[in-house]
Amino acid sequence: MRRFSLATLLREALRGHTGWAPQWRDATPKPAYDAIIVGAGGHGLATAYYLAAECGVRNVAVVEKGWLGGGNTARNTTIIRSNYLWEESEAIYEHSLKLWEDLSHALNYNTMYSPRGVMMLAHTVHDEQVLKRHIHANRLAGIDNEWLSPREAQEFCPILNTDPALRYPVLGAALQRRGGVARHDAVAWGYARAASALGVDIIQNCAVTGIRRGADGAVQGVETERGFIAAPQVGVVAAGHTSVLMAMAGVRMPLESFPLQALVSEPVKPVMPCVVMSNTIHAYISQSDKGELVIGAGTDVYTSYSQRGGLHIASDTLEAICELFPTVRRLRMLRSWGGIVDVTPDRSPIIGTTPVPGLFVNCGWGTGGFKATPGSGHVFAHTIAKGTPHPIAAPFALDRFRTGRLIDEAAAAAVAH
Amino acid sequence: MLIIRCPYCEANRPEPEFRHAGAAHIVRPLDPSATTDAEWAEFLYHRDNPRGTVAERWRHIHGCGRFFNALRDTVSDRILSTYPAGQGRPE
Amino acid sequence: MIGASRQEGMMQRLLVGRMFQGRLVPDSMRTEAGGRIDRARDLRFRFDGVDYLGCEGDTLASALLANGIHLVGRSFKYHRPRGILSAGAEEPNALVTLRRDGGRTTPNLRATQIELYEGLEATSQNRWPSLSTDFGALASLAAPLLPAGFFYKTMLGPRGWKLWHRLFEPLLRRGAGLGHAPTQPDPDRYARYHDHCDVLIVGAGPAGLAAALAAGREGQRVILCDEQAEPGGTLLTEIRALVDGIPAREFLARSLAELSAMPNVRVMPRTTAFGLYPHNHAGLAERVTDHLAAPGQDLPRERLWQIRAARVVLATGAIERPLLFPNNDRPGVMLAGAARDYLLRYGVKVGNHVVIATACDSAYLTALDLAAAGVEVKVVLDLRSSAEGPLPEAVRKAGIPILTGGRVLGTHLRRLRLDSVLLGRADGRTRWFDCDALLVSNGHTPTAHLAAHARAPMHWNDTWGAFLPGSIEGVASIGACAGATTLAEALAQGAALFAAVPPPVEAELPIAPAPGTLQGAETGCVFVDLQNDVTAQDIRMAVGEGFRSVEHVKRYTAGGLGTDQGKTGNMALFALTAAASGLAPAQVGTTTFRPPYTPVTFGTLAGPARGDLFDPVRTTPLHDKAVAEAAVFEDVGPWKRARYFPRKGETMHEAVAREVAATRATAGMFDASTLGKIEVMGPDAAEFLNRLYVNALTGLKPGSCRYAVMLSEAGFVMDDGIVARLAENHFHVTTTTGGAARVLHHMEDYRQTEWPDLRVWLTSTTEHWAVIALQGPKAREILIPLCEADISALPHMAVRDLTIAGAPARLMRVSFTGELGFEVNVPARHAPPLWDALRARLAAIGGTLYGTEAMHVMRAEKGYIIIGQETDGTVTPGDLGLPEGRAKPDFVGKRSLTRPDMLLPDRRQLVGLLTENPAVMLEEGAQLVTEASPPPGTPALGHVTSAYHSPALGRSIALALLAGGRTRLGQRLFVAGPRGGIAVTVAPPVFLDPEGARLHG
Repeated sequence: MRRFSLATLLREALRGHTGWAPQWRDATPKPAYDAIIVGAGGHGLATAYYLAAECGVRNVAVVEKGWLGGGNTARNTTIIRSNYLWEESEAIYEHSLKLWEDLSHALNYNTMYSPRGVMMLAHTVHDEQVLKRHIHANRLAGIDNEWLSPREAQEFCPILNTDPALRYPVLGAALQRRGGVARHDAVAWGYARAASALGVDIIQNCAVTGIRRGADGAVQGVETERGFIAAPQVGVVAAGHTSVLMAMAGVRMPLESFPLQALVSEPVKPVMPCVVMSNTIHAYISQSDKGELVIGAGTDVYTSYSQRGGLHIASDTLEAICELFPTVRRLRMLRSWGGIVDVTPDRSPIIGTTPVPGLFVNCGWGTGGFKATPGSGHVFAHTIAKGTPHPIAAPFALDRFRTGRLIDEAAAAAVAH
Repeated sequence: MLIIRCPYCEANRPEPEFRHAGAAHIVRPLDPSATTDAEWAEFLYHRDNPRGTVAERWRHIHGCGRFFNALRDTVSDRILSTYPAGQGRPE
Repeated sequence: MIGASRQEGMMQRLLVGRMFQGRLVPDSMRTEAGGRIDRARDLRFRFDGVDYLGCEGDTLASALLANGIHLVGRSFKYHRPRGILSAGAEEPNALVTLRRDGGRTTPNLRATQIELYEGLEATSQNRWPSLSTDFGALASLAAPLLPAGFFYKTMLGPRGWKLWHRLFEPLLRRGAGLGHAPTQPDPDRYARYHDHCDVLIVGAGPAGLAAALAAGREGQRVILCDEQAEPGGTLLTEIRALVDGIPAREFLARSLAELSAMPNVRVMPRTTAFGLYPHNHAGLAERVTDHLAAPGQDLPRERLWQIRAARVVLATGAIERPLLFPNNDRPGVMLAGAARDYLLRYGVKVGNHVVIATACDSAYLTALDLAAAGVEVKVVLDLRSSAEGPLPEAVRKAGIPILTGGRVLGTHLRRLRLDSVLLGRADGRTRWFDCDALLVSNGHTPTAHLAAHARAPMHWNDTWGAFLPGSIEGVASIGACAGATTLAEALAQGAALFAAVPPPVEAELPIAPAPGTLQGAETGCVFVDLQNDVTAQDIRMAVGEGFRSVEHVKRYTAGGLGTDQGKTGNMALFALTAAASGLAPAQVGTTTFRPPYTPVTFGTLAGPARGDLFDPVRTTPLHDKAVAEAAVFEDVGPWKRARYFPRKGETMHEAVAREVAATRATAGMFDASTLGKIEVMGPDAAEFLNRLYVNALTGLKPGSCRYAVMLSEAGFVMDDGIVARLAENHFHVTTTTGGAARVLHHMEDYRQTEWPDLRVWLTSTTEHWAVIALQGPKAREILIPLCEADISALPHMAVRDLTIAGAPARLMRVSFTGELGFEVNVPARHAPPLWDALRARLAAIGGTLYGTEAMHVMRAEKGYIIIGQETDGTVTPGDLGLPEGRAKPDFVGKRSLTRPDMLLPDRRQLVGLLTENPAVMLEEGAQLVTEASPPPGTPALGHVTSAYHSPALGRSIALALLAGGRTRLGQRLFVAGPRGGIAVTVAPPVFLDPEGARLHG
């Protein structure tokens, strides 16, 4: 892999940028691999990268039905934070955040990780109790999260409306300064490039049509549009479509897929210095480096694979945004889009083994998977390589729905994003 | 915003009049205590979540208040039919 | 806006300006006659501080062009000078900030869509210090270092220095963005409408008009919307053809008059259909006042129309594509069709000496019409090898030279305006032509956005060099957006939808569609996406780097991601991607169009939901009473609840201490009306409730109440309340304030779908009953004289219907304070007088009003839980020390309580905590540990759920959920905090009167 640097950029500039090599090989499938990852989103590519880079498993294929990074990786609002409530969640999201902090250097790809702070607003006494519980839990875990008064919140984000006469006034906020955003596409591309350089085959436009199991029930490989590909270990990392893929192996999942919408404004000069989230009135917002306000809307109420949803979802969100930030009311929605998120009953992911020997699954990240990309890929790679769950992944086992050991961030926190 | 036909009111109504209530035709075991943990988890949590036709429950919460079922294509979001709760899934 | 006094001054200068001053020469590029403007009405406007004149009917773009101004903006990345490319919604360059009073300033508006009004003031964007001298243009010098995606490859700095975040990102952010966001809140109003129709027709060009006429005559309910101020589309510039025997523009006027006379048809100009959502739900944005100099207060700025249409007809036309050649972005380079629009609609010559370069017949019309208006058309360069047919013939006849098979090789800029172009002939010879405008055409792209929103399939069409929308149920595309190439065809398609006969068309000069060409994109600085400065080389580089999908190329180069969403540039982007990959365009495909078609104001989408209308407030029938008593309120769900009643100078803490002390000493009164109430009736009501609640309810005697806990099927506590049995078949059930709707839904779910055989009926009575809680040792004494029945022997947990102070009441002896207490339910209208009566007796006895805060303190002293505070969706009744219904065979949630994890001994259980220092208050949410200073990462044993100062105990108290809590009674633990651990002792959760003597008193 040719290193990216100012020097290489200069050299290429001198010859009109004609010497750049493909960032990843557009591979054609081999008959067999040691492991197959289904889904070339951020999580899948990260899994492949860590398999090759850390677990010594380099004979790996990532099989993707469309273009790499084209699912939820390409459709999210890029929020990164680790201030979750339960210790199991803290562990995986903080693991991920630590990887984010060095990711650009590790991959030699600027993922534009920008720790500009994630501020979560409290509008009611109950919100305040919930956010302070998070702060206490996070502090014990060594994760930064602090309480801001309304005045401090307004100083941190000057366009925030902290008028006490608001219908839902800002009573305070929890701030994780290390939280922030990153460039979503760059994460997929950076992992793809690094994985490809380590020998991983990335096979795009190759939909998986079946999962083949042997007489003993174990996985033998995947059927694809481009023929059968054998592998003793298959990891399904196909956010949104997990149920469909797992059904091919005869596994029924505790998942439902919902449309999740987001939108951006036209680009303006910097006005929003951080990420602001409000669960009570359903809004989250940041500003991209390009200048667009990036706004997360909610999910539609019904399951769907259509990658679109109702207009009222976007308008509900903008009602809240315009109340909190009354100076943006004249800005304009430039684009809106939908993703498909698979949601578990406890709003926490499923990472690990399945009832089918050799078949692993990583799914159920709901509306908040982007932030977990590096950590998820890392622990999933170790889980696949060893055949048993990585300690951080272990609590997120599929079996918890049988035992009742749920990790319910949604119920506990009412902050699931 | 979908348009949904309430089979009781026999009227096409906009989605906000309704409340989605999850997958249809999931029967609560008659004697839950006789189920294994795995069977109980299957009832509580596991869903087909199909890409294609789904049978789902809606309640006309701002109308007649009654639950009914709908068959909907989850790719196009087209509703193929709606029918009263308790009635079997149409072919 | 220009102030009134200055307007007078300007009038003076204006007259001077007309005669003498170069600064205010009025519309020097205006034709003598023609166009659809009102020449009698001069409008003054200001651009970048300079005053100009335009006419009523102008757009800002046409008015600037009338004044000879082409330079209007700077590009996003390289800050290259840019002019006006188009005449419509597709404009990538001419973005301006429109200045209005205060919070009405708006950035990033397209000059081509801004209707001129008296006193309009606009400024250019993304330049410093001025449009002509922009230091940002230094980026152009570094352009070789700034190809697509350069920032992915560099700007990191040494590991650990975080230079991206600290240095490079702030630099990049400052350079990025277009205009500035407003700094004051928007004072304008926005309205929201909903409507239905048989047919929604988008686009009032020939196809849309024909469809509207046919459907309207059939009696269908039709809505015809058009994004422009004046409906008509290409009919507005059709000066040759006769339709139905009359000139096309007369046909247009006649058609509009006919439509406006139809009661079943509504024509909506200035209305953009921006999105098509599932089930033919269309979003339309209507601009109501932006074109007015002084909008009336009574009008909203914009209206959001949500239209549900049985049938949607898309007649959205096609958008012209620019040519690719080096430096194709200079001010003065314009789409040929736009130049014709400016001439025929606004009476503006975009130049005096123009060169036309085209790969499509349509530009010949521009040549003819400009020449007829006295513009010197120096040459028409046709990139195609031959130029035959009626149009080229007509141009030749007009004496305009045509060069076929040639190329545009470059442009030259003088004083930030195109002054000459270099043309290459087929034989290789080249020549510079002096000109002040270069008008280009590279064919047209059908406007298929809305069809794509509806998920119509897109099919590659070689003739158009574009994707055409296929049909989909309920959505039809007609006219140019569906591949119609002539006026006659467009009219015929519109009429055919409703089986009507189209009007005949004569004397049309037909334009064949053209596939466009990529010639000219091979070398040099060739812009594909003008707004985002994406060049052909960027696209080749992206493909070379492995970005093969058009989605990848779009994202890597940012092509098509500008505010114009690639309306003019996308097809070239796809075609170049295909060419660089060695594929056909059909194989490469198109990116997905997403709503909105053009940007939509946030305020329009948010509508009137602001301030008090953001979310309606729910208040109780006693709200005014609390207001009169100076209550401080808190939001609980949508409700306003009185939190405490401070006396003058009191803090919340002081007020609460007083309220608690007085309640426990004498009596307190509390508005509990927000509690959810459900009437449950029927022969199987008891059985039904018994299946829904943990507690045994079949044996409950009429006239008695029981505290009951409801679980989700997953076994977690979901709600609690009082179940009161009024009669054998009649129950009154209360829920938590926030849980009322959820609980009723849950009950209805089981009633209707699991146990339809049970004869039971449910009615929400939350609004019907107001509830006044009267608590304290003297509560009974207060109540007795008002009751028309003897309640002196009414035991704890009893319920009676009786008359109180003349009101039909449902009296429950229940307590959430630990004191002897009552909850008086009366129909809402009886509540205020009853409150007054009780309030008078309360005052006489030295009692108090109390709010939710005192209620919380008193219940915590008794160890009573609050749903959402002691529970969080992960807590079982066993965790709370509540009955688990073991004796009952089944109830909702029971089976889940025997799952393995529910049986673990280390589950978090409800306990009390007493700090070693009684003055120290714990913080709710704080974590429990075994050590005073635990190292980071120490697992918590639990957390504090409630913490108060207890006036009864004269010390702090707390409730907590603690792992194995009931086995830890008496243990010394620590509550972790930023300043070290706070020592606590684990205690039972009931701090006051554990025997219940006060309760039963």
